[in-house]
Amino acid sequence: MTGLLHVLFAPGFFTSPPVRLALLTGGLAAFVSGVVGAFTVLRGQSYAGHALADISVTGGSGSYLIGISPLLGFAGTGVLAAGIMDSIGIRRPRGRDLATGIVRGAGLGLAALFLYWDTTHSNTTGITVTVLFGSMFTISPAVIPLVIVCSVLALAIVAVLYRPLLLSSVSGDLAAARGIPVRIVGLLSLIAIALAVSLSALTIGTILSTALLVGPAATALRITRRPGRATVTAALLGVGVTWLGIVLAYDSFTWPPRHDGWPVSFFVVALTFAGYLLAQLVSGRRPVRRAVRPAAGRATGPAAGPAAGRAVRRAEG
Amino acid sequence: MTMTPVTSAPPGSATDVLTVDGLSVRLGGRDVLTDVRFSIAAGEFVGLIGSNGAGKTTLLRVILGLTPPTAGTVSICGERHAARKGLVGYVPQKIQLDPDMPIRARDLVGLGLDGHKFGLPLPSRARRRQVEEMLQAVGAARFANERVGNLSGGEQQRVMIAHALISSPRLLLLDEPLASLDISSVQEIIALLARISAERGVSVLISAHEMNPLLPVMDRIVYLAGGRAATGTTSEVVRSEVLSGLYGHHVDVIRVHGRILVVAGSGDGLDIPPNPGEQPGAQLPGAQLGEQVGHGQSLSHGPPDDGPPDYGRPDYGRPADRP
Repeated sequence: MTGLLHVLFAPGFFTSPPVRLALLTGGLAAFVSGVVGAFTVLRGQSYAGHALADISVTGGSGSYLIGISPLLGFAGTGVLAAGIMDSIGIRRPRGRDLATGIVRGAGLGLAALFLYWDTTHSNTTGITVTVLFGSMFTISPAVIPLVIVCSVLALAIVAVLYRPLLLSSVSGDLAAARGIPVRIVGLLSLIAIALAVSLSALTIGTILSTALLVGPAATALRITRRPGRATVTAALLGVGVTWLGIVLAYDSFTWPPRHDGWPVSFFVVALTFAGYLLAQLVSGRRPVRRAVRPAAGRATGPAAGPAAGRAVRRAEG
Repeated sequence: MTMTPVTSAPPGSATDVLTVDGLSVRLGGRDVLTDVRFSIAAGEFVGLIGSNGAGKTTLLRVILGLTPPTAGTVSICGERHAARKGLVGYVPQKIQLDPDMPIRARDLVGLGLDGHKFGLPLPSRARRRQVEEMLQAVGAARFANERVGNLSGGEQQRVMIAHALISSPRLLLLDEPLASLDISSVQEIIALLARISAERGVSVLISAHEMNPLLPVMDRIVYLAGGRAATGTTSEVVRSEVLSGLYGHHVDVIRVHGRILVVAGSGDGLDIPPNPGEQPGAQLPGAQLGEQVGHGQSLSHGPPDDGPPDYGRPDYGRPADRP
């Protein structure tokens, strides 16, 4: 039994401080990304999430230049970009992709400059790799309070706006007609996305952070039919793939080709993708709809006659 | 000049659920609505009829408070900004619902009750019972646990109607709920709305570009054309003189087997004078309609679903001029 455990968890796994820190921050980031991601996918804002992740490269690379915590850089630029995207007009259907694209382009342009300065300044490409692809085992313990603040903020936004977000994801008009301040709700949901993406940028990198935002959520949406369950499932899936990724990365120090480990980010993203494919396979086999249409139907007042007629026609077709 | 032949009550009467007075809307430099005025009494079933682009959606949006009017007022139960106080239920134009969206019919109806509230929903037996009753009332209990995106057009409309009704509004606004439905669903939804309006005393304002399916249930009609509105019973409003005045050019109104065709023309070829002795076509109570629709006479032999809805079937409903 202990032998089996040793195969899975290499010796020293649970006692290593970097591993513990990775489990904590990685798990928290994945949980927040799952919860926020469920609403991101539900509201069709995956592209906005992607753009906010790209823009956080700017803040991350800039933070090394001025010597502040990278998470502060990620979150600062993300929230700022969310505000700009909203003011350009992300609410209009056509303005939406436009606003996102313009802000994303401008952000990445700055990121190119900052990353160039980072590289020439420190004579190493390490910072670039850390910003883009993350480095979960080198997270500084000093960042923990900020991780918790960002997590609580993002989760609080989703919890407070849970029902208005759901209703406006069905129809913005429907929500507005009920007196929901659609614009503020939209802006806050973008800020929640920016915070979630920043947390994941810290752990698995800016480029890959949308994988944790969208992947577990998309998987959860395929295998659940209730909004609450989809949210919880997405969060648990995210934590699951992150922790499993950390275990595998720790194990991989004995793996070929070079015996110095595979990056955590690779495992997290690969497992996320595998999970989605699996869900696709499972839900694809299941009939999309349970058979609920009895030939005669339950009497629904005056509608019973035509309903029965339609059912018959459908059966023939 | 506004054509307002007859209104059953003067605008602003105490019993009116909705009063629209002198309403004008200008959007993007174009006059969409000009001096529109009408009122709806409690329990009335009113059709908002007009071709595409006539301003039906704009009028509904102004009533909801989503679009500010350029001039004029809208009051609901005597209040100016009542739409948000639960007095108005709204069924928007056909919305695209993703089949992947994990929202069941039941969840969407529940959001009609408390979708505007902040914070996480707490499970409540009273809330669940209320949702269950509403689902039963609109005949949506069978597919209550299906994702809304997986439902057919008619089923989705039932769910949307339940969503709009569950907060017990005084006025139900429906934006083209019959568009893109097959003919049997059209009749089911009309019968459902007529029954709900009668049972619950809810006033209904339903927009449609095709008035014929609604003829048996409408108490009155608001006809929009050229940005202006004419109000009254169908036989008062849908006449060549009135509609020609709205459109600004001659149109003919042709009645065939209780159906009404509005045809643009010069007036010398097709001009069939309106029948002066005709009974108003809008006086059939919903219960009778339900009975007729319930037989579903020709429905199962009807045209295939993919064809355009054939509203003009001779055996649809009761001919308006043969009581």
